[in-house]
Amino acid sequence: MIHSRNLPFVTTLAIFIIAYALCALQFPAMFSTRVIGNLLVDNAFLGIAAVGMTFVILSGGIDLSIGSVIAFTSVFVAVTVGSFGLHPLTAFALVLVISTAFSSAMGAMIRYLQIPPFVVTLAGMFLARGAAYLISTESVPISHPFIDTIQGFYFRFPGGGRLTAMSMLMIAVFVIGGIIASRTKFGANVYALGGNPQSAELMGVPVGRTTIGIYATSGFLSGLAGIVYTFYTSSGYSLATVGVELDAIAAVVIGGTLLTGGTGLIAGTFVGILIQGLIQTYIVFDGTLSSWWTKIVIGVLLFVFIVLQRGIIWYSNRRIDIARLKGA
Amino acid sequence: MSEFQLIPEADYVLQGRSIAKSFLGNIALDNVDFSLRRGEIHALLGENGAGKSTLIKILTGVYTRDSGTIRLDGQEVSPANVGEAQALGIGTVYQEVNLLENLTVAENLFLGRQPRRFGLTDRREMRRRSRDLLSRYGLDIDVDALLSTYSVAIRQIIAIARAVDLSGKVLVLDEPTASLDAQEVEVLFSVLRKLKADGLGIVLITHFLNQVYAVSDRVTVLRNGKLVGSRDIDGLPRMELISMMLGRELQHVTRDHQASEGDVPTGDAAIHFSDYGKRGSVSPFDLAIRPGEVVGVAGLLGSGRSETAFLLFGIDRADSGTATVDGNEITLTSPEAAIANGFGFCPEERKTDGIIGDFSVAENIALALQARQGWARPIPSRQKRALAEEFIRSLDIRPADPDRPIKFLSGGNQQKAILARWLATNPRLLILDEPTRGIDIGAHAEILKMIEKLCSEGMSLVVISSELEELTAIAHRVIVLSDRKHIAELSGAEVTADNIMHAIAAPNRTEAA
Repeated sequence: MIHSRNLPFVTTLAIFIIAYALCALQFPAMFSTRVIGNLLVDNAFLGIAAVGMTFVILSGGIDLSIGSVIAFTSVFVAVTVGSFGLHPLTAFALVLVISTAFSSAMGAMIRYLQIPPFVVTLAGMFLARGAAYLISTESVPISHPFIDTIQGFYFRFPGGGRLTAMSMLMIAVFVIGGIIASRTKFGANVYALGGNPQSAELMGVPVGRTTIGIYATSGFLSGLAGIVYTFYTSSGYSLATVGVELDAIAAVVIGGTLLTGGTGLIAGTFVGILIQGLIQTYIVFDGTLSSWWTKIVIGVLLFVFIVLQRGIIWYSNRRIDIARLKGA
Repeated sequence: MSEFQLIPEADYVLQGRSIAKSFLGNIALDNVDFSLRRGEIHALLGENGAGKSTLIKILTGVYTRDSGTIRLDGQEVSPANVGEAQALGIGTVYQEVNLLENLTVAENLFLGRQPRRFGLTDRREMRRRSRDLLSRYGLDIDVDALLSTYSVAIRQIIAIARAVDLSGKVLVLDEPTASLDAQEVEVLFSVLRKLKADGLGIVLITHFLNQVYAVSDRVTVLRNGKLVGSRDIDGLPRMELISMMLGRELQHVTRDHQASEGDVPTGDAAIHFSDYGKRGSVSPFDLAIRPGEVVGVAGLLGSGRSETAFLLFGIDRADSGTATVDGNEITLTSPEAAIANGFGFCPEERKTDGIIGDFSVAENIALALQARQGWARPIPSRQKRALAEEFIRSLDIRPADPDRPIKFLSGGNQQKAILARWLATNPRLLILDEPTRGIDIGAHAEILKMIEKLCSEGMSLVVISSELEELTAIAHRVIVLSDRKHIAELSGAEVTADNIMHAIAAPNRTEAA
């Protein structure tokens, strides 16, 4: 029997497989490595950011600053590499330090000033976006031999699909994120915090360190997502990636993570990303549908999943009650 | 320290001396001594606000003490947080906030100390050790299932297993039996007896006296933040224990009731509750209240005192019986319905349930009147002010400033403002739950005086109190509760502290032994 806590993930996976099968029936060409390769590349930056968001939501928090941090990162990299002639690697290291420090500070505020994460990261969202404008309000193209090399690097699948460096990085982030969540002390503490912060504290979980660690992770991964986005678009633009945090939240929730925290899987978020990508691909294949259908389908899916999660909670509570009555 | 001094202390695993703690000037613990022997179950008793949980939280590292010493195995310790206390050997199991329902049993047992292999959590080893650990407590359950799938009783044992495995010297149990049935309590106690035989020192907080007698070796009683005494349970009469908790020496009990026989209101009761009760809350009871009468409700903590008030005021819905006012049957499905029938209620938790801290005194006073009028017809602020000024004068609320946020008033003045809130609605029945808790002596007397004045004006009052002195001073009749049942009713000359304590002490067959 499937444990009820994995039920949302299994449902998501089933929905993805069925949806993909249906798409492939209608457009056999969708069942190709080329489509899969593109799906991974197009969503690489969102996937990386969504891993960070998964940690945050698992702990019962929210991070609204992700989209702005991605935009800031891409502008920062484009300007430092393009205008100041910094080596891309130096620029990457710098920007990762900045984004991680920025989000750690938000984590510290959430913990020590007891301000709700929504408010703190909302402020962070405006701050990072403003900082991006401050650097440049224009779209800054970026060109550097190192970046060209990375962009040109890929494995070829049989069938013509490409697994690019960006896709590999996203998959690596998911794998490492999954291991951290399920197989480390930090991961267990994240789940504990999301379950009940008071209990977790009474059980000896270092709440402060864990909270800061969670937001630092999210900040680091947003920075990484920003770097990937820079590769993806070959430019930095302060108006880019508006609302990406909401796409990331959608991927996390569709992936079966409870918005209230404490339950969910990193792998679920991966499937959540794939489902979003699948809808976009289907719309491209169809050719007649407006791309806004992506939003509508995601909206419907979100509703379905939130109701499903409520249902599971209701069902398991009922089961406990029945078990208790039988026991009495 | 010399060898000589150490010898008599060797028996003690934990020794606290003159532990003191105050919060914002309120003394929560006043130089309390507490010691725990190896291999004993030590009950810690006291009413709400006696300082039990403050003491426990200091011992387990949640709070830091202001002064005093704590020795664990003869070494002075000052745990700064729960983790440190655990590492030192002091583990705690709380009544409700306990383990994490969203994790599996094994994850709960090993949170923070997961067995590792190649730097990563070794889940198989964790499962194996969890099964081993639980088998020692006679539990054979799926350790991979979520904690939320198990009953409270099993969770309690899992929590104990974790705490003992983690700490191993001292186990603190905070009201572990509150939500268990008799059979589950017995299982829990057999686990405790086994742990005791293994040499663990166990501190048990409970308010079920039968359980204290069933399982503990010694008892320490706290009252108003002070130590009343530590005694061996063998040879300690129940009456004496109750008088330690409620703070009246039996031999000195005198009735200082001023409402002598002649003052007891006669006449017909206007408000009747018959066969009124709610399963799992309070067993069905009959209660008739005459105009101008003060009905006291006595009982130990957890006996159903506040639950009775919740039923009378419609916060909890009764599932049996009827309520009538002036012969007309009424349904109390919500506080709103109760207010519409002319009831009022001052809850026990003034800070959380009573006042709205950031609202001004005037706004707080006008709340109940506003609720009765309906929110569609706001009371003009001038009228609110006039109302507030009137009560500030008549109840002597200080400072006399209707615009001051109520959180800046002292406890006694806050309580007066809440009383004013209900008086403004001119209720026929006012229910007061612990009206004088946390209030200084002067305000205490004033509030008692006010209660007497109110009933002389024809208002009926139900007063719940853990202070017997208070009840005997003001109540015309006292209902005694035990184990969520109305077990006795005393009226007129029978209302003495002595009689109330005898009624409470009467062995109660239905309580889990």
